[in-house]
Amino acid sequence: MKNIIIEKTLKLDCGKEISKFPLAYETYGNLNEKKDNAILIFHALTGDQYASGINPITKKEGWWNYAVGPGKSFDTDKFFVICANVIGGCMGSYGPGTIDPLTNKPIGTNFPVITINDMVNAQYNLLDYLKIEKLFAVAGGSMGGMQVLQFVSNFPNKARVALPIACTASHSAQNIAFNELGRQAIMSDSNWKEGLYDEKSTNPDKGLAVARMAAHITYLSKQGLQEKFGRNLQERSDLKFGFDADFQIESYLRYQGSVFVDRFDANSYLYITRAMDYFDLTKQFGGNLSKAFKDTKTKFFIISFTSDWLYPTSENKDIVIALNAIGADVGFVEIKTDKGHDSFLLDVPDFLSTIKNYLNTTYSNINERRI
Amino acid sequence: MKEEFKVISKFIEEKSRVLDVGCGDGILMEYLSKNKVVDVRGLEISKEKVKKCLSNGLTVIEGDAENDLKQFPDLSFDYVILSQTLQAFMSPENVIENLLRVGKKVIVTIPNFGHWKVRLDLLLKGEMPVTKNLPYQWYNTPNLHMCTIQDFYNFCNNKRVNIYKSISLNGEKISNITTSNLRYKNLISELGIFLLEK
Repeated sequence: MKNIIIEKTLKLDCGKEISKFPLAYETYGNLNEKKDNAILIFHALTGDQYASGINPITKKEGWWNYAVGPGKSFDTDKFFVICANVIGGCMGSYGPGTIDPLTNKPIGTNFPVITINDMVNAQYNLLDYLKIEKLFAVAGGSMGGMQVLQFVSNFPNKARVALPIACTASHSAQNIAFNELGRQAIMSDSNWKEGLYDEKSTNPDKGLAVARMAAHITYLSKQGLQEKFGRNLQERSDLKFGFDADFQIESYLRYQGSVFVDRFDANSYLYITRAMDYFDLTKQFGGNLSKAFKDTKTKFFIISFTSDWLYPTSENKDIVIALNAIGADVGFVEIKTDKGHDSFLLDVPDFLSTIKNYLNTTYSNINERRI
Repeated sequence: MKEEFKVISKFIEEKSRVLDVGCGDGILMEYLSKNKVVDVRGLEISKEKVKKCLSNGLTVIEGDAENDLKQFPDLSFDYVILSQTLQAFMSPENVIENLLRVGKKVIVTIPNFGHWKVRLDLLLKGEMPVTKNLPYQWYNTPNLHMCTIQDFYNFCNNKRVNIYKSISLNGEKISNITTSNLRYKNLISELGIFLLEK
């Protein structure tokens, strides 16, 4: 697993300072001689640095394998793709699961509360380490999209292109509510023990699984669920008049919950959802989102999905409006799909091909102009 | 490229900021950005066309002029273009007002309902006109508010909008429209192209 130790002190939004902390990352493709083909990808709530190919830890496909790889939307034959595990995460970066050398136990809830801003500032160090002066693009969906917005706001001219996908500039009450539901499920599991559980033996698996099940519903659309599962029964011809998983949708959710606990840490789930809830770029700039992007020369391409009710088109459009208000270069399209918020992670050909063409054309346009 | 676009691009000075409202496939945008070095943006209602534009690296926003022009600040573009879509809006009056708010200059193209073939269709056949530029039947036409070149002149006069230049397009024939030949041009033009200023 690749990682760097960030020596430089990072002052967190909560006031605490961290230094000498690990940041795990992965790269795909090669950085060219001009060093102008790098793309930094930010992952969503439960993602990690393994965007493409097979994740060496879970042995499953990387979370953005549909989009990142040779000949794909983020074409690794052409671009150098970088992806880091966010701080607060549980795939090698500094997080609540990191072992505290003083106690030899996980830091747990002694880990400071972090924000999207902190995550982005931590990842910036990676660019210094890789000696990348200017990124071709920053991209990400959902919480990854929030990081894109924060990144461009913090570093206005560090990336030529920004692709915030299915996200928001200000986490809604509804989304905070869903996150709180997940956190309560974890914290009410008796194995949670105020966050000081021992990761090796007794994890709050039941709570974390329920959190995942609830969240998973929000990633799909009503129509998508109906079409995929309807009222189909799970390996039985009739109702059993009990509380087993009679319906396929129940069985599916239980499965999603059970596989999730094998790869994710409950405390990380608490910290990262909190970071999302705290995200309000509009408020950071005194209620005027446009000010967040003042002076930016970055070219934006914002994408939303028709059936995404978690980060609906209206919230994505608010970002478009704020950018247009300052004459920024912003393109926008709403992709038609019934796959809900999850669309950005799935095989949605329209979405994948538009990004691919957009990136390829923009990259060659920029190069032509330079000549 | 269409004759209409050639006329429009002649109106536009180099290195200006342009908004193409209803930019379609982005053909005009592409021409302008390559040949006039302009900073050009587009607004388009069709998802398919927006995707095509973005795939070609053009900066286009999915949206419609009646709701989405609001987001652009006053006089934020040197030119705003509206090609053959004015008649499709619920309120062409509001759209024109918004175009003139956003753009220092506005270029509007209208299919001319005063063309002699249109007039003949209604006069002789007693049917709603169906022509090359207006190929729809009355029951499926997106064109809610058809007007003639004369109507558009009257509208601009009433609204105190300056018509800087007006061009008649009949097939590939391009000519100027003046107050003295207006009645005639209204009879023979398929399209009217206007450069407006508030």
